[in-house]
Amino acid sequence: MTMHAPAVLEKIACLRLSAGALYRLGVAARSVAAIVGGYVLAALVTMLLSVSLPMARSEAVMTATLLSFAIYTCVVMWVFATRSALRAWLGLLIPAAVIAAILQSMDALSWSLA
Amino acid sequence: MKEGFRQSMAWLHTWSGLLVCWILLLVFCAGTASYYRNEITLWMQPELHGAAASQASTEEAAKVAQKAMEERATGATRWFISLPGERNPAMQLGWSKPSQPGEKKRGRRGNFHSEKADPATGEVLSKPRETRGGEFLYRLHFDLHYMSAIWGRWIVGFCAMFMFVSIISGIVTHKRIFKDLFTFRPKKGQRSWLDAHNVTAVLALPYHIMITYTGLVTLMFLYMPSGATAAYKGDQDAFFAEAFPGRSGDSKPAGVAAPLTPIAPLVRQAEQHWGGKVERISVNHPGDANATISLTRAGGRDMSSKQPSMEFDGVSGKLLSTDGNAQPGAAATQGVMVGLHVAHFGGPLLRALFFLSGLAGCAMVATGALLWAVKTRQKQAKALAAGKRASFGLRLVEALNIGAIAGIPIAFGAYFWANRLLPVALEERSKEEIACFFGAWALAAIIAQLRPSRAMWRMQLAVGAFLLAALPVLNVFTTNSHLGVTLFLGRGPAAVAAFDLVVLALGLGLAYAAFKLKPLPVKAAKSTPAAKPATTMEAA
Repeated sequence: MTMHAPAVLEKIACLRLSAGALYRLGVAARSVAAIVGGYVLAALVTMLLSVSLPMARSEAVMTATLLSFAIYTCVVMWVFATRSALRAWLGLLIPAAVIAAILQSMDALSWSLA
Repeated sequence: MKEGFRQSMAWLHTWSGLLVCWILLLVFCAGTASYYRNEITLWMQPELHGAAASQASTEEAAKVAQKAMEERATGATRWFISLPGERNPAMQLGWSKPSQPGEKKRGRRGNFHSEKADPATGEVLSKPRETRGGEFLYRLHFDLHYMSAIWGRWIVGFCAMFMFVSIISGIVTHKRIFKDLFTFRPKKGQRSWLDAHNVTAVLALPYHIMITYTGLVTLMFLYMPSGATAAYKGDQDAFFAEAFPGRSGDSKPAGVAAPLTPIAPLVRQAEQHWGGKVERISVNHPGDANATISLTRAGGRDMSSKQPSMEFDGVSGKLLSTDGNAQPGAAATQGVMVGLHVAHFGGPLLRALFFLSGLAGCAMVATGALLWAVKTRQKQAKALAAGKRASFGLRLVEALNIGAIAGIPIAFGAYFWANRLLPVALEERSKEEIACFFGAWALAAIIAQLRPSRAMWRMQLAVGAFLLAALPVLNVFTTNSHLGVTLFLGRGPAAVAAFDLVVLALGLGLAYAAFKLKPLPVKAAKSTPAAKPATTMEAA
């Protein structure tokens, strides 16, 4: 349960945090990213698919919602597989922001937040 | 976070599994039992065992039911009739009446009355004792208890998501998934538990993946409403109306009396159209000029949970609409996924296979939890040998393991015992039965916290074994439909005999587990808490 990379050791010295505390902080950051961030990203992808899949509206919603839990699962696994917690957060926030912007431009976001 | 992909997935598998495993075990046990919820309910109403309903065709039964309803359900605004079918020889008559002014409304179901009737004569079958039977276990499986259903569903959904992540990361981390299926090294402590976990998980892996994902799908518009709100600009009802047509809203009564058309010819017409039996009849505003009759086909013909239905004018008998004959792709997919989860399509053999797979799921969850405890205890072996106490986390997990793995069979046993032993005329009897379920479980879990030891495992497993295995014996003293009658004299009902045999087998499995946990020689007793072969865990 310890980290060996030299870069990490430098960070520890820098922040004056023990390796154990840093590790725990990383796990906590990833857990929040996976559970909350993962849900938000999965929900946004579901919305995007629901409004853009080339099929009848109710069918698109059905297809997107059926897929949503698989998307969520992939996001969670990626969050814990990637190199650092920072990358995990960036990897969630950037696509989430892009999708939100697309949805906003399609006038499909404001309704969902209401 | 760890060096490699596989290691980080192993970490994810461990923790996403461990954190929710005790709730999952309850959900899995109750869900597995729910495959037989009709049979469990029948077992819990011994008053109905003798009154085997006479055989009648659906058409005759519809005629009898209509006559009975016109006599007994005067003033009702809706009728619900369940015709006899393969798993249910009696028919169910239900109706709701508008609440009288000044009368307190009793929840969503309002003034709903329901009774079981003989399909040939329409007479009410002897009133059974008040119990929620298998319905309680079914609801417990996704609503939990002692909290609002919506909270329960979110908690179960959260745990199911953890479980799905755990299953997929568990597969990814697994190097030799096929080979491990044939590997079992008994009596080797940690290694045995690993093998048992692998075998129970991999053997029924398609089932585990299917049941977890389709479980999420059954409530997917609760968990993931964003797609529908985005595409329908916040109007979810519009989505439901479009995606699930045919769920016509409540029509208004005309206020003009008109006799209801005979239902039996409509049943014949629908059965000819479908080539299958009608199962449910519901009538809106019977006796009114605006009455409608809707017929739903019996399940068991295809995998989808959605059965086609037909709606008729209640006065003229004219066909108003048919629906569900052809569904678009995605909606049909969802119907099949929900259908797979509830498994109403299966015959007896397939249902038994699902039940066994469900038990394997229980065993997978239980062995996973035990594996964590055994592994962690080994990591702390040096400190423990030096006389230090086990870490807080380890003690907590070990105690929760006893409370859940050995405690849940005790809770189930107590529920069935309460059904037989509580006075039949007791007030709020069904609530008392449920209180026994949770009371027994709480007691087992609390005692386990005091001393989570090998002796505690043994004691609780033995109690669970006794409660389950002795149920057929209890039946001899409390009912007239014990194994001697149902099995040896062959009088049935077969479902009651099967229930007795299954709890007997589960009880013997637990007893075997308790027996294998015989006290170790003093020296070795400290090392591993348990080393039972996997087969016995099937029972937990």
